[in-house]
Amino acid sequence: MSLLMPDSGLLFWMVLSFGIVFFVLAKFGFPVITKMVNERKEYIDHSLVIAKEANEQLAHIKAEGETILAKAHEEQNVILKEAAATRERIVREAKEQARLEGEKLMAEVRQQIKMEKEDAIRDIRRQVAILSVDIAEKILRKNLDSEEEQMEMIDRMLDELTGSNNQ
Amino acid sequence: MNRLKYIICIILIMSNIISVHASDHQTGEKVDAKGIVFHHIQDAYEWHITAWNGHHISISLPIIVYSKDTGWHLFSSSHILHNEGQTYQGFKIATEGDYEGKVVEIKANGEEIRPFDISITKTVLSLFINSLVVIAVILFVARWYKKRGPDSPAPKGFVGFMEMFIMMVEEDVIKSCIGKDYKKYSPYLLTAFFFIFINNIMGLIPVFPGGGNVTGNIAVTMVLAICTFLAINLFGSREYWKEILWPDVPVFLKCPIPLMPIIELFGIFTKPFALMIRLFANIMAGHSIILALTSIVFVTASMGPVVSGSMTAVSVLFSIFMNCVEVLVAFIQAYVFTMLSSVFIGMSRVEAHHK
Repeated sequence: MSLLMPDSGLLFWMVLSFGIVFFVLAKFGFPVITKMVNERKEYIDHSLVIAKEANEQLAHIKAEGETILAKAHEEQNVILKEAAATRERIVREAKEQARLEGEKLMAEVRQQIKMEKEDAIRDIRRQVAILSVDIAEKILRKNLDSEEEQMEMIDRMLDELTGSNNQ
Repeated sequence: MNRLKYIICIILIMSNIISVHASDHQTGEKVDAKGIVFHHIQDAYEWHITAWNGHHISISLPIIVYSKDTGWHLFSSSHILHNEGQTYQGFKIATEGDYEGKVVEIKANGEEIRPFDISITKTVLSLFINSLVVIAVILFVARWYKKRGPDSPAPKGFVGFMEMFIMMVEEDVIKSCIGKDYKKYSPYLLTAFFFIFINNIMGLIPVFPGGGNVTGNIAVTMVLAICTFLAINLFGSREYWKEILWPDVPVFLKCPIPLMPIIELFGIFTKPFALMIRLFANIMAGHSIILALTSIVFVTASMGPVVSGSMTAVSVLFSIFMNCVEVLVAFIQAYVFTMLSSVFIGMSRVEAHHK
């Protein structure tokens, strides 16, 4: 039965040592550990939330960046198209202008050619007249060597003239 | 499987050598297995470590007694222990009667009375050593946390293991059994858990700093049970006391003769009593079985080499098995004590039923 009878001395020491162990551990041991573990748990939870938010923000920023990029692409396309159009217009205008200028030039040249041609024709005519007068003179000079011939000629011409005047 | 075969072979060979040695020493002397077992599981005034060449090597522990007539006495147990009936300063170890094995004071008229005895016995010394181990282990772990903030990475190695252990007890046992106010009780319950667990484990180590039968001593478990009793009843809610003193049963069960209140009041005491007996009996039985199995070696030593050799092998194998079981029991008993304490505390925190 002595096994089942608690010994007073042992009870005393047990109360003392368990009391001390409890006091020390309850003050400096377990609360420190459990508090820190719970704090860490909270910190991790908090960090997870923050990380999630950051991820969302990142995704948001990414999406925004993509839209900006797309917009920029669009703008680029528009600008490129505009530039192409402008270039074409300029080229077309330049061509038109060149054509007009060319035509104008051609017209002037034509005019000049015409004038020169007329001048030349006139010159040729004068030359022809002079030549024909000269030729006529030479013919006349030859034919009118004699006096009677000359007279005859004058008469005929006078007849012709009067005849034509009478008619 | 191969390795296991080798181990068993080695045990068999070793056990033969041991048993032959043992039979050399024990020739003709009958081994008192019961005495060995009882001697171990009971308290002692010295700590017997080993015997070497016939010399007993043991630590003499201080005896501290208070006599009503002569006041306080403090002396080494070696003065009265080795020769039977030797007296020192009017004290001796009783050899018979109610106080057999304990220090008694011899009055002038020859009467033996028990003084107030707070000697540092073997169990007390084990208790001190184990308490220091508990404090050292937990404070070592706590120191790690003191130096760091919550943003440092989780600990590794021993601290990490202890953290897992502590949080397992706190989350799975204390929190789930008590409920929302668990924080108030968790230091006590965690202390109880690790105190019991480390005492149990230290009790399984057969050499000096361990081997004491601390949690297998009823005084120790009694103090633990009283602490739980206080934790349950000091902070009991109104609903708890109402359920005890005026439970929800037909009136005739509680009005003329308070039948149910008596049963309930009785229950207040049986719960911690069960805790006390459960822990005490489990650990004491574990120590007894291991010692009894070890004693087989010496009991069978005189039965010839074949019998004693084979029985030694059986004994060693069973001892190994029992030690493994006891490690499990050490944990389970600490767990059960903590869990039941939490459950009882949780029951004392009941709120009024919402109907």
